Amino acid sequence: MKPIAQLIVTAATVAISTSLVAAPAVAAAETPDALVKRVSSDVIDSVKADKDIQAGNRQKIMDLVNSKILPYVDAQKMTQQAAGRFWRQATPDQQKQLTDEFRTLLVYTYSGALAQIKNETVEFKPFRADAAATDVEVKSQVNMTRGEPITLNYRLSKGAQGWKIYDINVLGAWLVQTYTSTFTSEINKGGIDGLIKKLHDRNQQLASKPLQAPAK
Amino acid sequence: MKQRNDSARLHVRGLMAAVGVSLLLGGCATTNNPRDPFEKFNRAMFTFNDAVDRNALKPVATAYKNVTPSFLQTGVNNFFGNLSDLWSAANNFAQLKGRDGMNDFTRFAVNSTLGLAGVLDIASPAGLNKHNEDLGQTLGYWGVPAGPYLMLPILGPSTIRDTVALPGDWWGDAWTHVNDIPWRNSGIVLRAVDQRASVLEASNLLEDAALDRYEFIRDGYLQRRESKVLDTDKAQERAEKVQGKLDQVQEKVSERLEKLGVKKPTPPGEEGDAAADAAAPAAAGSEAATGSAPNNPPTPAPVSSEPVQK
Repeated sequence: MKPIAQLIVTAATVAISTSLVAAPAVAAAETPDALVKRVSSDVIDSVKADKDIQAGNRQKIMDLVNSKILPYVDAQKMTQQAAGRFWRQATPDQQKQLTDEFRTLLVYTYSGALAQIKNETVEFKPFRADAAATDVEVKSQVNMTRGEPITLNYRLSKGAQGWKIYDINVLGAWLVQTYTSTFTSEINKGGIDGLIKKLHDRNQQLASKPLQAPAK
Repeated sequence: MKQRNDSARLHVRGLMAAVGVSLLLGGCATTNNPRDPFEKFNRAMFTFNDAVDRNALKPVATAYKNVTPSFLQTGVNNFFGNLSDLWSAANNFAQLKGRDGMNDFTRFAVNSTLGLAGVLDIASPAGLNKHNEDLGQTLGYWGVPAGPYLMLPILGPSTIRDTVALPGDWWGDAWTHVNDIPWRNSGIVLRAVDQRASVLEASNLLEDAALDRYEFIRDGYLQRRESKVLDTDKAQERAEKVQGKLDQVQEKVSERLEKLGVKKPTPPGEEGDAAADAAAPAAAGSEAATGSAPNNPPTPAPVSSEPVQK
């Protein structure tokens, strides 16, 4: 029992100490595919080792997402691309709010997905990229216990803080592109503040809603 | 070649007929998305489908998932999946994907016999993976554009092209040829329930993620469909294959040279005819490896989202 308790304490410490800004220094030297592999196996192992997470303990899942995934995600770039031409019309303050709300929504969504991990395995496709490239795609697939494998690809770009993920492809659809027209139509309806409010309301709603416990 | 043109023309005619029909259906089109001129109609249909789902399909699928033993669910899933492999094989052949076609056909043959009429999927563990090609994808392969988005009653998201292809897929679905009507219909219902059950969790997630579920599903569906037509997920595989063949050729060449007693293999760039021949596919291969340039000839813009800014 002791090592488990220790593990939890360590995990909690890591979760608290890792702030968004301070991405671990390792990331700079790591190749993008190695980074994605490490993060994804790290996350999957954590989920499989934790009964609370499998039972849908929202706080724990959120901690996991915040500590293990978010440091490697470029939320601003994601938001910027989803907002497209409207990004430049937004004030710096609006940009920040929009990024925060969008990031929160993604955290909730991702948390929901994590709670459903059971026996799936992730398989990475061979990675080829120029050593000098600053924008790459890492490809993987999730092998399900039944049915077709699910395509799961990542786009990463290299910045001052090393490689960061800025788009995910699930089943052939890119997340950012899928949000683009939603963003556009919300902005057309109620301006950038309208979109921010809409995201904010959705986040509030998700915060109060219990995570769907996985159906056995 | 001529034949292909003819068939393409035929499809175009069908397409136009379908466009006409949907124009009638659509009525006044208020839109800001060029891919979705029938948004008003589609949204109405979406609401209808959603009501059906909420009140009938989803509860039944949830019960099915919670009550039936999982081996039974797997069996049902495998059984219908096996039937679809046959049609998928035909479509692979129609897209000149001989290898995938043989693969799917072998799946069907093996699972239908050794797998007890498809209830057991013994081909997958043996490394024969499913491909799931349908007539809509075949049309897409030959250059028929997807056309506007169309939300079909009960059947869900589609496009004009895929709707035109639907009767073909219906015919190609072996289960629809079952003569006993009650059996056939219960099978169709069972399959629908099983398919709904397998995406229960995903659909719950979707409800959280989407601000506007209609738009989210539409944009996700169109992208996914396009990527299936272009087989972007296989572009890398193909590139690897080309690379592998190249390596083999090069190996053979240097082997031969050695046998012939030619002095040491020459530095790269002058390795004889074979290497020069190989250079062309190499270029194609590396292009495919970037993922943005699929090999199918008649394809429009790549699936990727707008280019990265700055």
